[in-house]
This record gives sequence, C-alpha cells and structure tokens, in this order.
Amino acid sequence: MDYFAQQLINGLVLGSIYGLIAIGYTMVYGIVGMINFAHGDIFMIGGFIALITFLILISMGLTAVPVILLVVLLVSMAITAVYGWAVERIAYRPLRHSFRLAPMLSAIGMSFVLSNFSQVTQGAQVKPIPPLITGGHSLYEKGDFVVRLSNVQIVVVITTVVLLAIFTWLVSRTRLGRDMRACEQDQTMAALLGVDVDRTISMTFVIGAALAAVAGIMYLLYYGLVDFYMGFVAGIKAFTAAVLGGIGSLPGAMLGGLAIGLIETFWSAYFSVEYKDVAAFSILIVVLIFMPTGLLGRPEVEKV
Amino acid sequence: MGPDVAAPAPNQQPAMRGPGIAFILKKSFISAFVALILFSLMIGIRTLPSESGQLTYITRFPQLAAMVAIVFGGSIIVELLRQWWGPVDTLRIVPPQVQTGLGIARRLLAPMLLIFTFLVPVIFYDQRYILDLAILVLTYVMLGWGLNVVVGLAGLLDLGYVAFYAVGAYSYALLATTFGLGFWECLPLAGLLAACWGVMLGFPVLRLRGDYLAIVTLAFGEIIRLVIINWQSLTGGPNGISGIPRPTFFGIPLTPGENGLAAKLGIDFSPTHRIVFLFYVILALALLTNWVTIRLRRLPIGRAWEALREDEVACRALGINTTTTKLTAFATGAMFGGFAGAFFATRQGFISPESFTFQESALVLAIVVLGGMGSQLGVALSALAMIGGFELFRGFDQYRMLVFGIAMVLLMIWRPRGLIGHRAPSVFLEQSRAISSDLVKEGHG
Repeated sequence: MDYFAQQLINGLVLGSIYGLIAIGYTMVYGIVGMINFAHGDIFMIGGFIALITFLILISMGLTAVPVILLVVLLVSMAITAVYGWAVERIAYRPLRHSFRLAPMLSAIGMSFVLSNFSQVTQGAQVKPIPPLITGGHSLYEKGDFVVRLSNVQIVVVITTVVLLAIFTWLVSRTRLGRDMRACEQDQTMAALLGVDVDRTISMTFVIGAALAAVAGIMYLLYYGLVDFYMGFVAGIKAFTAAVLGGIGSLPGAMLGGLAIGLIETFWSAYFSVEYKDVAAFSILIVVLIFMPTGLLGRPEVEKV
Repeated sequence: MGPDVAAPAPNQQPAMRGPGIAFILKKSFISAFVALILFSLMIGIRTLPSESGQLTYITRFPQLAAMVAIVFGGSIIVELLRQWWGPVDTLRIVPPQVQTGLGIARRLLAPMLLIFTFLVPVIFYDQRYILDLAILVLTYVMLGWGLNVVVGLAGLLDLGYVAFYAVGAYSYALLATTFGLGFWECLPLAGLLAACWGVMLGFPVLRLRGDYLAIVTLAFGEIIRLVIINWQSLTGGPNGISGIPRPTFFGIPLTPGENGLAAKLGIDFSPTHRIVFLFYVILALALLTNWVTIRLRRLPIGRAWEALREDEVACRALGINTTTTKLTAFATGAMFGGFAGAFFATRQGFISPESFTFQESALVLAIVVLGGMGSQLGVALSALAMIGGFELFRGFDQYRMLVFGIAMVLLMIWRPRGLIGHRAPSVFLEQSRAISSDLVKEGHG
C-alpha cells in the first residue's frame, strides 16, 4: 500500500509533464488536423533553454530560488514560443492546403532539424544540473518505508495546475480562445466572420510551444538533466496521452497525460523497467484500435 | 481550397510583383530578428562540463552574429528569387520541343541506368569504396521499392518499415548462427517471417487511416526495436549479433583455399569477388522487387491497391475487400523489407539494434515520397540522390541528419508531390464520354 502510494505520487508528477506536452498535440490536431511531429522536440528545446538560462543566472550569483524559477520560466516560455511560431511559419503554413502526407513529412523533417540542431550546438552528452529545489515532506512512515512528497513534486504539480487554470480561462473566456474554437469547427466560416485564421493558428502553435517549454522545465527540475534525444520518446508518449484522452479535447489531454504517467510508473514499479516504453506504445496501439475516439473525444464522422 | 477565401490574396499580389526593396529589407530584418531570438541561447551559449563535473558555459557571440547574418542574407536572396520566379507552386510552360526531348530522355533513362548499374562492378572494379557505396544505394533502392508497395501503391503511410528490415536481418542472423542454415535457405524464410509480421501489424491497424496509421506503425517499429534491445538472451541486446555467415555462391564459399569459388574456377582469389557477388545479389533482389511490383500493378490486387489509395470509401463501395487488400499490401511490402534485411545482415556480418532506428524508417519514407510515390524510376533516382547526398557528409556526421531534416522540409515545400515522377493510376478512362440519355435517366452520365 505504501509502495503503491509512493508510485501514485510519482506517476501523477510524470503525468503532469506528459499532459502539458499533450495539450500542444491536441490543440494543433483540433485546429489544423495534423500531428505536429516536431512538438516533442519543442519540449526538448524548452528544456535546453531553461538549462542555459539557469546556468547564466547561477553564474550571475543569483541564489533566490523563486526568482530563478520565475526568470527561467519566463525566458524559456518566451523563446520556445518563438520556436513554435517559427516552425509553423516555415514548415507547416506553406503546406496547409497541400496533399495529406506533405505536412506530416515536413513535420518529421522539422523534428530531425530541431533535435540535431541542439545536438550540433550543445553537444550530444547528457546535461546534468545540480538540484535547484531540495527537500521534501514525509507523508507517512511505516517501519523503514517512507512515502515522500518532495518539494520538486509539489512545484511541478502546482505549476501544472496554475497553468491549466490560465489556459482554460484563455480558451473559454478570451477573444483568442473563441477564435480558436471557431477555427476548430470551420475555418472557412470563421474566416468569413472576420477571424484571422492564420494568426489564430500561429497563436495555437505559440501557446502549445509555451506549455511544452513548461513541461521541459519541469522535466529538468524533476530529473535534473536534459539531452537532445529526449523529445522523441516523450513526444510519442504525450501523443499517446492526447489520443487516449480523445484528440481535440483539452481536458482529455490532461487526463490522458495523467493516465500515461500512472501506467508507466506502475508498470516500471510492478513489472519491468526495461519494457516501460513498450507498455506505453502498446497502449497507444490498443487505444487506437478499440477506442479511436479516446476517453473524452467526439466520434469522427467521415463525410464523403 | 476552402479557407483560401479569406486569405489576403489581393494585398499580397502587388507586393509580390512590385520590386519593393523596402519590403524585402523589412521582411529580412524581421527574419534576422526572429533568428536572433531563436539562436540567442542555443548558439550564443555553449554548455560544457567543467573539471569538477559541474556544467559551465562559454559564449559564442561571433557564431551567433554569423548565423543571424546568414539568415538575413539568405532571406534577401529567397525574397529576390521568389519575385523572379513567382509563387512556389507556379507552373512553368515548357516549349513543346523541349517537352518531347524530355519525354525521349525519360524513356531512355531507365534502360540506360540499368545497363550502367550492371556495368558498375566492371568499371569500378578497383574502387572498393564505390562498390560499397553502390551496394548501399541498391539496398535503399530495394527498401524504397518495397515500401513503395505500401505507401506509393496502397497509400498506407507506414512509419515503421524498418521493423520488417530488422525482422529480416535478425531472422537470418539467428537462423544462420543457431541452426547453421545458409543464406539462400534463410532468404525466403526471412521474407516469410517479415511478411507474417506485416500481417500481424496489418490486422490491428485495418480500421485506422492517415495520421493515426502513421503513428501506430511508428509505435510498432519502436516496439520491435525495444524488444530487440531488451530480449538479451535471444538477440544479444545492444551488443547485437556478430559472426553472421557470409553469403555463398549457392553453396560454394567465396573464400581463399581449396573449396573456394576462386580455386574451383581456377582464378586468383581476391576479396573483391565477394563484394562484386554481393553487388549482383542485391541488384537481383532489387530487380525482383521491381518486377514483382510492376506485375502486381497489372493484376486485380494491384489495381485494388491503387483504388484504395485514391479513395477508400469509393473502393469499398465498389465491392473491393479492403481487409485483404490492405493486408496483402502490408505483407508484400514487409516481405521485401525482410529480404533486404537478410541481405543487410549477411553483408555486414554484424547487426545491432542501432541500425534499425526510426531515422532509417524516415529515410526510406523520404526516398519514396521524394521519388514521387508510386514511380519506380523516381524511387531509384531519389535513393541514389539521398544516399549519395549522405555520403557527401561523411566526416561531418553530426551535421548529416540536420541537413537531411532541412532538405526534407524544403523539398516538401518546394515539391510536395516528389522530385521525380508522379503517381498516376495504372488504369484510367482515356476520355470522358457523354452517355446517351437512353442509358441514364438524368441525362448526362
């Protein structure tokens, strides 16, 4: 039971990170109808920018953890958002009305560009940082087994919840959110009613990238390292989360993220660590076959 | 087409035509500014591990400035080119003489290329490097043709093709090292096993289409690779399998000594013989793939594939069994992948999971798509261009995938339908006819 509780905490934290990435997939799929293959690598770039900002701040002699965290968050979100914007502008917008496979292949190409760009510029080694947030609380002790909730885990979960609140407000209450929902339903009609479709799609990518950047920072804080290859696997898992939750559904993405995080953690805890990625990928296949609309998705009706 | 309605086309048009220098400069400044933001930390700062193991960093501002300047200059050039050439998808009218000339050249190209390929070992007998490269190119031509059945003919986007390549390679390696079977016995077995895996993948994904299919095949490819890495007792894990037997000339080994082929033929032994032999083996396998594909295209099953590619719903409405059609496409494509894998294993003598990453799948897919999806000649030429292009980056290994990615994006923007060739159904109506109103109630049919 104690072991289970501990794994539950770990799984929820991991799931928060996946959920943040999954939102980017689900938003883009909802509006543009394509899988943004490069999104996992945007997450990786976010992690790298956070790492570099962190190193600069440390070398400037800054020690106040909340200040460092805030600056890292803002810088990484801002620059990664520009990455998201640039990727859409360069690789997807010219292909918006091209044939079905073109944006997909362009996205795969972009994914290679981003991951190899950071390999070339920052080197192939794993980049570790010393833990920024230390300490924790023991929730429950029995014998020598302690269920711990570390401060990093609290920070990750709280940041995720706050961002989700802001994001939900953005989508449901603002002009931009309304435009996004309008474009999701019918781009032509939205355009006729005065919605700037191009701008809305760009903003979708910007927001998705900013959330992925937060996920990158959380990953960096939680695991204490980044490397240029981490975007690929994390990207597929987050996509699995988006599909599991029902692609196009924002609460679904978060729910799917948590589910994938929990499944992966429990699988590693009770079965085998080596096959945890196999488990995640198998879930993707099983979900797509038996539940293509996911947990909260709408059934897709094909019109001829 | 739809959302074009609102695109600010009327505003863009005059700006495109007018040689506004201010416009170009403004656009380039914006690009350079964006590049400055993008590269500020990623290029301007380099993280390095210090003596104590802690990460430190050094600044690289000259490189950052150079990159921003390149983006600025590059975007001026791109804008100028765009004004001169027009929008990306402009059709240029080619004079009819040139068109007929191109037509003749195109018809001659395939036989000429084939003859040249046959002569490669004769011409480049002494250049081991070129022979090795030619074998590599032919392996990818074969993989491209195999994947072409799935992607180009049946229109099923497969991002996990490398899984079948891996199955073929490991089948041969395991059968040969465990049971001592020879290459020629294992080759059909490897193809058969890969085809079974193709059907196994095909069954669950029958209902999926488009992007979902792509992701599931990608996941499948990764699962196979992860299982190979982790199932150490069978596959040797990350260390791979070494000591895979070399191919024999139908039982006669290509070794020095009494029993070798050279001794039997009464000529001096040379290690090049094996390379030349491998070259002709892969050439024969590739041509077999090509021949089977071309024949299948003329059979009902091939036509069903093409119908499936063009419109799945219409295809089903016409009474084509989409289940068997999809499964045969997967199985056929996988079988050729398995053949190529077995050849890869015997050529290398050593295989490890590193050879079967997603990048390989993407590379083969890029070959098929750039070749024009469905065009056999196009696939061969784009394999040559891709692998040849990769070789240019020998020594700059870390830049290779970067350039590959950039090339993929640019080619998709420039020629989304592929560089060479295009996909056209093998059968189509020669002309559209108005049917007599006696036959059709509504009038025109």
